Amino acid sequence: MLKYLARRLSATFLVITLVSMSVFGIFAVLPMDPAALTCGKACSAPVIEANRHRLGLDVPVQVQYGRFVKGLFVGRDFGEGAAAFHCPAPAFGYSFNRHECVTTLIAEAFPVTLSLAIGAFVLWLSVGVSLGILAARRKNQWQDRAATAFVLVGTSLPTFISGILILLFVALKFNLINPIEMGRWVSPLEDPVAWFRTFIFPWIVLALLYAATYTRFTRSNVIETSMEDYIRTARAKGLNERDILRKHTLRAALAPIITLAGLDFAGLLGGAIITEGIFNLPGLGRLSIRAVLRDYDLPTILATTILAAVFVVVANLLVDILYAYIDPRVRVAS
Amino acid sequence: MTEPLLRIEGLQKHFATTTGGAFSKVKGTVKAVDGIDLDIYPGQTIGLVGESGCGKTTAGRTILKLYEPTGGKITFEGQDITHLKPKQMKPLRSQMQMIFQDPFASLNPRHTVGTLIGAAFEIQGITPEGGIEAEVQRLMARVGLNPEHINRYPHEFSGGQRQRIGVARAIALKPKLIVADEPVSALDVSIQAQVVNLLEDLQDEFNMAYIFVAHDLSVVQHISDRVIVMYLGKVMEEADKVDLFTHPRHPYTKALLSAVPVADPIKGRKRERIILQGDLPSPVNPPAGCVFNTRCWKAQDKCRTQVPELMQIGKDPSHRIACHFPEE
Amino acid sequence: MTLKPFLEVKNLNVAFPTEDGLVQASNEISFTVARGETLAVVGESGSGKSVTSLAVMGLHDRKRTQISGQAILNLDSGPVDVISADDEVVRKLRGKAMSMIFQDPMSALHPYYSIGNQLIEAWSLYNEGDKAAGKKRAIEMLDLVGIPDAAKRVDEFPHQFSGGMRQRVMIAMALINNPSLLIADEPTTALDVTVQSQILQLIRDMQKEFNMALILITHDLGVVAEVADRVNVMYAGKIVESGGAEDIYYRPDHPYTIGLLHSIPKIGELESKRLVAIPGQPPSLINLPRGCSFRARCAFSDRVSGNLCATTAPTLDTKTNEHFSRCHLPEAELLKARKEIGGN
Repeated sequence: MLKYLARRLSATFLVITLVSMSVFGIFAVLPMDPAALTCGKACSAPVIEANRHRLGLDVPVQVQYGRFVKGLFVGRDFGEGAAAFHCPAPAFGYSFNRHECVTTLIAEAFPVTLSLAIGAFVLWLSVGVSLGILAARRKNQWQDRAATAFVLVGTSLPTFISGILILLFVALKFNLINPIEMGRWVSPLEDPVAWFRTFIFPWIVLALLYAATYTRFTRSNVIETSMEDYIRTARAKGLNERDILRKHTLRAALAPIITLAGLDFAGLLGGAIITEGIFNLPGLGRLSIRAVLRDYDLPTILATTILAAVFVVVANLLVDILYAYIDPRVRVAS
Repeated sequence: MTEPLLRIEGLQKHFATTTGGAFSKVKGTVKAVDGIDLDIYPGQTIGLVGESGCGKTTAGRTILKLYEPTGGKITFEGQDITHLKPKQMKPLRSQMQMIFQDPFASLNPRHTVGTLIGAAFEIQGITPEGGIEAEVQRLMARVGLNPEHINRYPHEFSGGQRQRIGVARAIALKPKLIVADEPVSALDVSIQAQVVNLLEDLQDEFNMAYIFVAHDLSVVQHISDRVIVMYLGKVMEEADKVDLFTHPRHPYTKALLSAVPVADPIKGRKRERIILQGDLPSPVNPPAGCVFNTRCWKAQDKCRTQVPELMQIGKDPSHRIACHFPEE
Repeated sequence: MTLKPFLEVKNLNVAFPTEDGLVQASNEISFTVARGETLAVVGESGSGKSVTSLAVMGLHDRKRTQISGQAILNLDSGPVDVISADDEVVRKLRGKAMSMIFQDPMSALHPYYSIGNQLIEAWSLYNEGDKAAGKKRAIEMLDLVGIPDAAKRVDEFPHQFSGGMRQRVMIAMALINNPSLLIADEPTTALDVTVQSQILQLIRDMQKEFNMALILITHDLGVVAEVADRVNVMYAGKIVESGGAEDIYYRPDHPYTIGLLHSIPKIGELESKRLVAIPGQPPSLINLPRGCSFRARCAFSDRVSGNLCATTAPTLDTKTNEHFSRCHLPEAELLKARKEIGGN
């Protein structure tokens, strides 16, 4: 098991390094010049060159990458002379558009995205899994058909439609959200009620899509598992139906859902662009989209991209470890 | 008998086992087949028997070059085919055919029976006299299917009928050799006899050679002229049928024969039985020395260290066993 | 044998509605089995041999299955009809009064729980005591069924066991509460032949040890011959012949049994005479033909006068003591038939 962990950890580290390198490489070959974007239309070549130097883009890409990695560990200075800024480790870079260390921008946005992701995750997992189990147990009865209808609606409504519908016809119509304060970040530690009010509708919108997928997945897994020979064995032992479901069917049926849930959750941590946009939430999704569409803010894009990749890769690792814990066939060699 | 139709010498097929995953490493080799010799003549049936993991299925497939042999030599009608490329094998494919165990999995469900049986002609670019359809119908009738059902799909047939389709497909090009891999073990008892009889009749009619791969000793005894007993990739014993079944010399063969339940309540309960201890070892990690030593009641130190050679024993010059301490 | 039967099945009928129609999986099934006795149920796939036992165990799909008749367990506390009893009553008989083991030991154990865990679960359903006591009993049982090093292996998982060992575990689990009836449904079909003989031996030993009534369901006439006291031969959902093992093997009364016995090659019969195959295939259980279900494949139905085989379903009648057959063929014709097929 330890050997397995060490192998997985080193593989994870390798993947993260490769991802960051390729993101760096992609940005290096893009046919756009960030230095040229730093000053207005009437820009002279010397100014662009000076800016290029200031941005650290006048050295070969591998040197840029080396500086980036170094910055992650020891912090980094950006600019020169009076205009110099220091970003402490882990420094992802400096956003010249927003005059802020990228790490600071991320630190502000991340709690928002995390709140959104956690709440939505809890909601969709509990609704999706319990609805899925119910549908499986009541196969072909009205509960199953209702769940199927929910799955159909949930998977066919894109977030930008369901989000706007809920915002306009529920949240705003019944004055459940103050349009002026909408999306204002409040820490749950300071004011849990306000935090909850900020996030409840985004949670619902985001959870709707995922819950539908999870309902369908849970339903089919439970039905499939309940036809396994070992479920028949459990029944032949004299176990009651409740224990068969709880101890035998669900244990096996829900294990694959952990993998799915872990990866979906990690994906969300990179930012939910549409939901954050609709509800004006200042999370990572909006940070990225603004950096891409408005500012062409390379350091920020780079940081959010790498971060999103790290979330997914780390989640993958955690899910595999958790799975090994659940399934002895992975944990114990035969 | 002069030249054998097929000669196998020291055939080996080893598979690499890996750790799996994206960074997989080779862990070791499984010697699925580790040294088989056989000569087979037209009209002859050789049975390849053994329990799971003994390599009989791999052997059958390697003989037909569905797997690339790791070692040894395959000679078909005097031609060395051991290392022929698939393209070079193509003209020979019409000469050597295979019948599979699972009549459900080995027929493409989207094709009609006519297409399935007729495919052999199309692949080889042969047009039989009277056209493909007429020939397919003739074949269907020959294997006991209703020729009117030529446009039906495999799922419309029962297991036994599906195996007949498999047989029709195999004999379509009048091959000289058929490897039949557990052709009746998926079938119900009353249907097994039908298919066994069909295979025997076809052999009489076309003088084909069969390599009959099976775990069921009573069927193998019935259909074979000669039998090869395998265990964990190795040949334990080979002999003509009568010799092998009346006078087995290898302890494994003896145990295997005595383990087969006999459909006779008085005789069955009275006879001497050898119940082997333990399970079959994993082919990934076979025992050192004689592979059978972990379950053999006669095993001594020598068996745990020295691999016994396959050697001639008894009066019959073709009776060979690999054992340090043969049965009398 | 004049033992008081432990299980009495009386006129049991099991059917499932499907889209294509009603599948009459087993019909007019009556038999008994006493403690210490082995009844083999032999038949091909779809003959109804498993369906009957699943119904006795209450393991059929209760919502979908139409079931009638009786299956009475003569418990110490008095008789219980498991067909008409409440689900909860039958559940508490499972694993206690009656147990079952299945064909495929590879899939019959839960992959996520240790062997010990699964045995303890079965034990604690019917026994007071803590986990340690359960584990002690589990180790005892594993030891009894011949698992070497049971105290260590009890904590291992199913995938660490071979097929034969898993079947031993299944047997240990089925017997942990000392049942009076064990139903073994093709217990050795998925196993290699050398392992099969170990498991058959074990089942026989355990039957003696626990003095159980044993129902062995199989398609293998060899296995039946080795272990059965009495045999039920099933075809198309019905018992077509029933009797002592020697009656069935040496004096078969039903053309299907006669055909079956001669369609299998026997070890030791070295002259390659042609196998006597039964032509055709079993009928669909959805629209069973009128009359005798075996008629279409029977070589002798033309010897029955008055087209009786086509019009009237034969009943399970006794010809000699304790030997029943469902066939219209007159005694004299029957003797001839045996000779013609078997040559003896």
